[in-house]
Amino acid sequence: MTTDREIWQLRLYVAGEAPASLTAFANLRDLCANHLGEPYRIEIVDLLVTPELASEDGIIAIPTLVRRQPDPVCTVIGDLSNTKRVLAGLQLQATAAS
Amino acid sequence: MSAPPIPAVDSPIEHQRRTLSKAATGISGLDEVTGGGLPRGRTTLVCGPAGCGKTLLAIEFLIRGITELGEPGVFVAFEETVDELVENVASMGFDLQQLQDDKLLAMEHIKLNAGDLTETGSWDLSALFIRLGAAIDRVGATRVVLDTIETLFGAFDNTATLRAELGKLFTWLKERGVTAIVTGERGDGTLTRYGIEEYVSDCVIVLDHRVSEQTSTRRLRVLKYRGTLHGTNEYPFLIGANGVSVLPITSIGLQHAASRERVSTGVEGIDDMLGGEGLYRGSSVLISGAAGTGKSTIVAQFCAAACERGERALYFAFEESEAQIVRNMASVGIDLAGWVDKGLLQFRCVRPSLLGLEAHLASMQTLVSDFQPDVVVLDPISDLVHSGGGEEVFEMLTRQVDFLKSSGVTAVFTSLNTMRDADNTEQQIGSLIDTWVMLKLAEGDGTRHRVLYVLKSRGMAHTHDIRGFEISATGLNVSDVHHTTRVLA
Repeated sequence: MTTDREIWQLRLYVAGEAPASLTAFANLRDLCANHLGEPYRIEIVDLLVTPELASEDGIIAIPTLVRRQPDPVCTVIGDLSNTKRVLAGLQLQATAAS
Repeated sequence: MSAPPIPAVDSPIEHQRRTLSKAATGISGLDEVTGGGLPRGRTTLVCGPAGCGKTLLAIEFLIRGITELGEPGVFVAFEETVDELVENVASMGFDLQQLQDDKLLAMEHIKLNAGDLTETGSWDLSALFIRLGAAIDRVGATRVVLDTIETLFGAFDNTATLRAELGKLFTWLKERGVTAIVTGERGDGTLTRYGIEEYVSDCVIVLDHRVSEQTSTRRLRVLKYRGTLHGTNEYPFLIGANGVSVLPITSIGLQHAASRERVSTGVEGIDDMLGGEGLYRGSSVLISGAAGTGKSTIVAQFCAAACERGERALYFAFEESEAQIVRNMASVGIDLAGWVDKGLLQFRCVRPSLLGLEAHLASMQTLVSDFQPDVVVLDPISDLVHSGGGEEVFEMLTRQVDFLKSSGVTAVFTSLNTMRDADNTEQQIGSLIDTWVMLKLAEGDGTRHRVLYVLKSRGMAHTHDIRGFEISATGLNVSDVHHTTRVLA
């Protein structure tokens, strides 16, 4: 195990304070705290504020979570209510729990 | 007591003109079939099998909207990339890049990677709405195309959510007041693979692309158009050098102006048989006969006569090359080369099997529009018959005759018939023809003779004689009534 890990960079696309967006953010925080031991960064992109990013990043569904770093880039959509599926979708093992 | 006044009743067409606003497509023939265009502010579904031309029709709807009607548009591509689309339509002279640079067209490619997407919990398509809204605002669009929205079904597992979102999308489009086309691919026994027709209640246009005997024909049908009268037939349509054109036969069928002017066939003896004055200008003529009866010579003489009057003639040859025709006609004293040089005669030699029937029709119509001939020759149409099914050829020729008549062009067709070939197509075509001249070979006095007679000639006195004719180094000569022993073919 190396100690010099890359920082996890996750980006969550939301649309204002839509219920699913709020739920997704809460679920994502819990998930990171419980399953990502490493340093991580969550970036929230509100497409109501920066609509051009939807086109640039090819987003069509809300909420959308993108694992940007480290590779591979992967995408999970929905309110992230099923932790197991989210971990699988981000290609993290559920067993990586701290 | 006076009778109460009779209330004024709109004719159905007047009524719909007052009540339904339509957005003209600018696509040749389509506005005629739909009584003025697509329902304004509503969504129209254009569906059909792969390769039927739905994307092109949708793009042309936007382009004509921008260039001819001042309505900017948005194209949302779910399948092809923007670059691919720009390239695909460039061959038709459509410059999508320029329209984008001019801020009249916004193109949005929705990239869908089914594989690497995980769904968990509830979601919606608001990011798609945001993108679409931004694109509409960017160019002030009043027209939108979604091509092909059903691709979304391949990307998401939760189809219940997707359907609900599509329902929202169609409502949203209506609220934005845009005139939209969504395209869909034909499903197994359904109009579209995922049944998006259930969201579109205003207008459904079905395209088809059939191949019969190696010849393709495209068809268009307005399946549904709420609150409006529309043509219910299947109309052939073409994808030509200038985009899509729909050919509504019934609308132009019998409204040609009928000229009383007569034109000479160039053969005195034949003019004589046709009441002494020749053909009506703008009529259609069929010259049929077996091989070697002199069909091509007669039409060549007709072309030469037209050129002599200072008219233009366009000669479609399906069996021989220009050089061959010119040489052969020179040998019987008909100088075609001179007229070609003067620019009054143009040849178009092509094997019918090289092009589908629709492509033929498209190229013929383009040439006729460009060259503006007074006379058009198709020699022989029997070759077209062999390039496709009989019914399809008949339809195509009907359209060709219609087109030429409405352009005031005198059309001459030749047809090769053999003894066995009591050809159905020729019988059918006969009904489209105003003047039908039959050429035959006969035997008598120990030799073979060429004979001809007028089978019919509408609207003029004509002889029922069978007359002999000769082709010599000085041209065609029709002789007196032929006392034939036996007609061979």
